[in-house]
Amino acid sequence: EAAEAAEPGNLAGVRHILLVLSGKGGVGKSTISTELALALRHAGKKVGILDVDLCGPSIPRMLRAQGRAVHQCDSGWVPVFVDQEQSISLMSVGFLLESPDEAVVWRGPKKNALIKQFVSDVAWGQLDYLVVDTPPGTSDEHMAAVEALRPYGPLGALVVTTPQAVSVGDVRRELTFCRKTGLQVVGIVENMSGFVCPHCTECTNVFSRGGGAELARLTGVPFLGSVPLDPELTRSLEEGRDFIRDFPQSPAFPALSSIAQKVLSEAPARLS
Amino acid sequence: MEEVPQGCPGTGSAQAGRGASCQGCPNQRLCASGAGAAPDPAIEEIKEKMKTVKHKILVLSGKGGVGKSTFSAHLAHGLAEDENTQVALLDIDICGPSIPKIMGLEGEQACALGHVFRTDTVWACSTVLSPPVYLSASIDWATLLDSGTQFVEDNLGVMSVGFLLSSPDDAVIWRGPKKNGMIKQFLRDVDWGELDYLIVDTPPGTSDEHLSAVQYLSAARLDGAVIITTPQEVSLQDVRKEINFCHKVKVPIIGVVENMSVFVCPKCKKESQIFPPTTGGAEVMCQDLKIPLLGKVPLDPHIGKSCDKGQSFLTDAPASAAALAYRSIIQRIQEFCGHHQPKEEHLVGS
Repeated sequence: EAAEAAEPGNLAGVRHILLVLSGKGGVGKSTISTELALALRHAGKKVGILDVDLCGPSIPRMLRAQGRAVHQCDSGWVPVFVDQEQSISLMSVGFLLESPDEAVVWRGPKKNALIKQFVSDVAWGQLDYLVVDTPPGTSDEHMAAVEALRPYGPLGALVVTTPQAVSVGDVRRELTFCRKTGLQVVGIVENMSGFVCPHCTECTNVFSRGGGAELARLTGVPFLGSVPLDPELTRSLEEGRDFIRDFPQSPAFPALSSIAQKVLSEAPARLS
Repeated sequence: MEEVPQGCPGTGSAQAGRGASCQGCPNQRLCASGAGAAPDPAIEEIKEKMKTVKHKILVLSGKGGVGKSTFSAHLAHGLAEDENTQVALLDIDICGPSIPKIMGLEGEQACALGHVFRTDTVWACSTVLSPPVYLSASIDWATLLDSGTQFVEDNLGVMSVGFLLSSPDDAVIWRGPKKNGMIKQFLRDVDWGELDYLIVDTPPGTSDEHLSAVQYLSAARLDGAVIITTPQEVSLQDVRKEINFCHKVKVPIIGVVENMSVFVCPKCKKESQIFPPTTGGAEVMCQDLKIPLLGKVPLDPHIGKSCDKGQSFLTDAPASAAALAYRSIIQRIQEFCGHHQPKEEHLVGS
């Protein structure tokens, strides 16, 4: 059962690996990871999502996969397919909990061990993209994920912020982390960029304004766009729906599509 | 609190750290050195330190971005409005320390915050890091304290790893054990003095920082935890885990605050639910789990602006619905703490 160390093994068939990061919590990493996966699927790609947020695993619910069981095969765990066509597969600690309210109260070393297993012991198969959703911060989970994925590099990163200065403050540190760990930042996404009142169409900057563009300017990283607040998007994620398919009229749709387009054209590809 | 490997010989046994099942256990080295047999002396030291602190409150959430730091900062501001109440705010979010900015203290290095940091201990401080981590520069406190810069307010002190970083781009890329060490130092080596309230702001999750805070304060009697959420199920899902964490580590729960409850358009004044409570919001969760709902705070764009400017929203927009909600919640927290007065002999006499 010991994982064979140097074997390309379970990530041999993965063409692009993209981490979704933010120094700040609650900016929409899981939202962007999910919507990006859905958009890539609509572009005909096979996508895997690796959810390494062990304390707050949000992805299963966002893809209506809560409560699914994880099976074993010869190469390890079989990731959960969230759709009939098997075009999106997912691995999350959420699937390993006995109850959805069970808290994963682990210190760093134990988290690191599981993340290594998620990378090397999951039979990902042939994927165009592996999107890695992370918790906020620059700590154990991030280091473990980068270390475990690095042999299969190069690794790309999408960095998410909200417009507020408080968010920019944390995300600058995340960009330092990317630089120090050799992650190529594909771009910055500004989420929660304003809310258009459904009653009178006045746009309010609920979480301040300007942070994403400022971050891009400060750091020289491409700015991929601003995703506005849309309760339909929030609701869609709560219910595990396919927002990209169901809400093309949403104000959030153009930004999400353009992010996907950027990833399709820019994400660093592995040399075969 | 931590999960032990199957077949763990027991931290006090002669086989501690040496057995076959000890391989890979995070405590292996500690046990093998014999340290596992005795509790961490820091716990007693912190208990002594905390004797001059009447009330200790943890602000938690399983979920990120729900407003823990915003709430902690305004709880501190609100309590400190009474100039006879001594308040301190400790930010143990090591990777994403937001408190300095929200409190208008960005750019202040720790030396500028006067007597809160008057300590004889010389800190060793790390700057920009990558694993493995080496301690580099030292801070000579005695020299730095002479700078005489202003405090937030005379009765409100703040500590955060943010003050120890020399540039806004510095990333604290630390693993658990090093974060734990910093938290221990914050609790034990900062001269907190006599405080009515110590508020501890935490990062999201149920991991090292939370375990350490609870562990190091275990002998010092935490009043309890305030748990922050937003209305959506994505947040509640994580918050239920946090509530379970509190039960597991026996931290009393003061109550839950629902942030970003409802948005009132500044133009037409009509309400919208930006974060719809698809499963009933905090209200239903609190009913189910029989935990007090301390209050609901509407989503007011002024809150974010005040935080970005480092100002107290309570003084920027005192008549707003959000400020009123905050004040009512703060009052309920004070009442909770008032009902749980520590016995007289735990307080240091004058």
